Amino acid sequence: MTTLSNPQKITKETPPKWRKYFSFSLDHKVIGIQYLVTSFFFFLLAGIFAMIMRGELITPEPDLLDRTVYNALFTMHGTIMLFGWTFPVLTGLSNYLVPLMIGAKDMAFPRLNAAAFWMIPVVGILLAISFLVPGGPSQSGWWAYPPVSLQNPTGNLINGQFLWLLAVALSGVSSIMGAVNFVTTIVRMRAPGMTWFKTPAFVWTVLAAQLIQLYGLPALTAGAVMLLCDLTFGTAFFDPVQGGNPVLYQHFFWFYSHPAVYVIILPAFGIFSEIFPVYARKPLFGYRVVAVSSVVITGLSGIVWVHHMFASGTPGWMRMLFMATTMLISVPTGIKVFAWVATIWGGKLRLDTPMLFALGGLVNFVFAGITGIMLASTPIDIHVNNTYFVVGHFHYVLYGSMVFATYAAIYHWFPKMTGKMYYEGLGKLHFYLSFIGTALNFLPMHPVGLMGMPRRVASYDPEFTFWNVLASIGGFILGISVIPFLLNMVSSWISGKPAGNNPWRAIGLEWLVASPPEEENFEETPIVISEPYGYGKKEPLTQNMG
Amino acid sequence: MRTKIIIISAITLVVVAMSVWMGQIAYSWLPPQASAEAVLIDNLFSLLTAIGTFIFLGVTGAIIYNIIVHRAGRYDTSDGPPIEGNIKLEIIWTAIPLVLVFIIATLSYQTYDKMDLHGPTEIAHLPHMMPSAYADTGLSSEATTNIEVDSKQWAWVFHYPDKNVTSTELHLPVDQRVHLTMRSQDVIHGFYIPAFRVKQDIIPPKTVDFEFTPIKIGRYRLRDSQYSGTYFAAMQTDVVVENSEDYDRWLNQAKRQKPTPAPNQAASEYAQREQKDAIAIWDTVVPAPSPMVNYHP
Ligand code: HEM
Ligand SMILES: [Cu+2]
Ligand SMILES: [Cu+2]
Repeated sequence: MTTLSNPQKITKETPPKWRKYFSFSLDHKVIGIQYLVTSFFFFLLAGIFAMIMRGELITPEPDLLDRTVYNALFTMHGTIMLFGWTFPVLTGLSNYLVPLMIGAKDMAFPRLNAAAFWMIPVVGILLAISFLVPGGPSQSGWWAYPPVSLQNPTGNLINGQFLWLLAVALSGVSSIMGAVNFVTTIVRMRAPGMTWFKTPAFVWTVLAAQLIQLYGLPALTAGAVMLLCDLTFGTAFFDPVQGGNPVLYQHFFWFYSHPAVYVIILPAFGIFSEIFPVYARKPLFGYRVVAVSSVVITGLSGIVWVHHMFASGTPGWMRMLFMATTMLISVPTGIKVFAWVATIWGGKLRLDTPMLFALGGLVNFVFAGITGIMLASTPIDIHVNNTYFVVGHFHYVLYGSMVFATYAAIYHWFPKMTGKMYYEGLGKLHFYLSFIGTALNFLPMHPVGLMGMPRRVASYDPEFTFWNVLASIGGFILGISVIPFLLNMVSSWISGKPAGNNPWRAIGLEWLVASPPEEENFEETPIVISEPYGYGKKEPLTQNMG
Repeated sequence: MRTKIIIISAITLVVVAMSVWMGQIAYSWLPPQASAEAVLIDNLFSLLTAIGTFIFLGVTGAIIYNIIVHRAGRYDTSDGPPIEGNIKLEIIWTAIPLVLVFIIATLSYQTYDKMDLHGPTEIAHLPHMMPSAYADTGLSSEATTNIEVDSKQWAWVFHYPDKNVTSTELHLPVDQRVHLTMRSQDVIHGFYIPAFRVKQDIIPPKTVDFEFTPIKIGRYRLRDSQYSGTYFAAMQTDVVVENSEDYDRWLNQAKRQKPTPAPNQAASEYAQREQKDAIAIWDTVVPAPSPMVNYHP
């Protein structure tokens, strides 16, 4: 058994397990975990920025930070949360799960997949460098509305805004590459027998979300490139001094950035649809309608973008038109909510950590949907637009629903990804801290917004102090809440109890393979014979496996 | 069956009562109703709060009920009933949001129409279907006060063309419709008076028209609502709504005063900043010089 006698063997031996996560791997599971871990790093970073901001906002005066620093922090918080956390973490989950769920050996284009991932650290490096250039990072908010984003007080060619635009454009390219891959994989590589109405709801939502990336991202990228030309090369698309039109930028920007909220929330809907049946031990109620409503949302989401511009240079008739289309989206969304409640109804509920996060996420989403309808109503939006009410609304969506769904997914599929069980106690602690923190942080933003506190302010009138102190305390609780999560993930991965292949007794192709799955996922391609979610029914899912 | 119906009706009644109550409470979350528009918006908001409360309590109530009643026992590994769908139910709950949305959209449209804000009218103007807000209040729907609003990084300046008076504080006569002609010298600023519930972005290089009617004497706050750079948060001033005599007196008094530089928070913070050499300070656009006005507080 001496290695010397067989040098050939050494080079062929697989590298130690942890090292593959730092390599240019082509395995969708490795890439998925690379995305997850990288995005979590960004989540923590942007979260630290948020806590510094909440520190500033404990008192009305701008006493903790210079205003320029505060402005840079909220710009980077929003940018990193969206382009470094929400998109990559969901791409990571989808990357890991979609091939397994549809019975494929890998994504359609493994090399493209890896290339798309490795652009994300580059995006991070670009944004990090922007802290070091003279003048500091961009201070124009994640919207980067001109003319503010065209003001370059440093006079330098390489400035924070310039790097910001490069980072956003690169993130867009990475997402387009990912979208091509997902759409191809889902359309072409489902296992034999997996017709559309035998495809899991999560896969439907990923397809719906990635289609949005394909039609929306080109608009954002075009807007970013035009803004870059204005900023750097003296063109005048958006610069009013030279005859440009700043509102044109807003159309480019929101034509993508509204649909983008569905890129974020659709996979979260998919996760809810996967988790409720398992922990209620009932089939997903109205599965076909739930599946199809995702695609309806994709369609409608393309015609609502002007609701972000109700107080902008938007004429009355356009305000009314987009009010109507925006409100229509609540119909397919409402159908989903009802279906989840009906799935839970009369089930055999088990409140494990994934279920707790999914239920908490659903409650938060219902709340966010109600304030969303208020925002869609133009007269009300005219009052609360650009106030903390909007910030409260979208944080209920983004933190309360999307982050909760992501946590639910990570706990639920952790045994599959690592072969180990997480610690339930730490998981529950994580949930309760998250739920209380979310309510305390984001609920007070609604009253203070109704009172008239604008968003993006480093200082405010003393009448707003009470709600801001509450929100800051909630923010710090949310900061603390990630500690049990990190502890849990790291210690369980190293020394957790072995989980077995299907600890939840869940139905789905991914639960029929080993934990963690072999390199090629399936030794033998599964042949699917029944709809997913057959809880309470005794029929098998496949002909040849399990 | 009988008791079940009674229990469900009782619960529904309680939820309806709570929703109506929340709809009433909703008024207290808002600033004073200092304009005719505010009254309209608040009524709509109150209604949506009531509807929203009903939906929220309904959904969370159903979830909590199931968590309490339908928990699986510790060693219970059985499945729930395999109910996969119910066409009738699914049609009903597609119809409910559709109808609700239709009602909310119609009411919102009527409210918006009555507000008659003017605002940007490029491309085409929305034809008027409803009598505007002033029909109900007996106030004139013709604007009698014209004021020019000039915004810049970071100050508001108001010009009263009739008397050629400039001021950094906005004075308005009560119960008269005002017409603002708003301009920006640099970036987009947002004209926002929470007590009036009105807001409009000022987009350079255009002139934006805007109309509303203050109905309550008092002192309110005007804030910038559209992020406009470093000293954005400090771009605030007072709005004084007074009766016509006080208003005329103020205007005549201001007219007699020579223009002087108004105090300006952005300018003074900027001056101090040049002196202190703190570590983390990044470059900023230099504030426009303090405006020269006849009147400042
Ligand atoms: C589904 C997931 C959703 C996400 C991720 C989301 C996210 C957001 C975000 C990020 C903003 C803030 C934009 C800004 O910076 O001003 C926003 C505003 C808005 N949202 Fe949502 N939202 C969602 C759902 C909804 C729903 C269901 C509705 C209505 C039916 C809605 C209506 C609005 C409206 C009208 C605004 C504009 C508010 C304003 O700018 O004043 N949203 N949303
Ligand atoms: Cu939107
Ligand atoms: Cu401003």
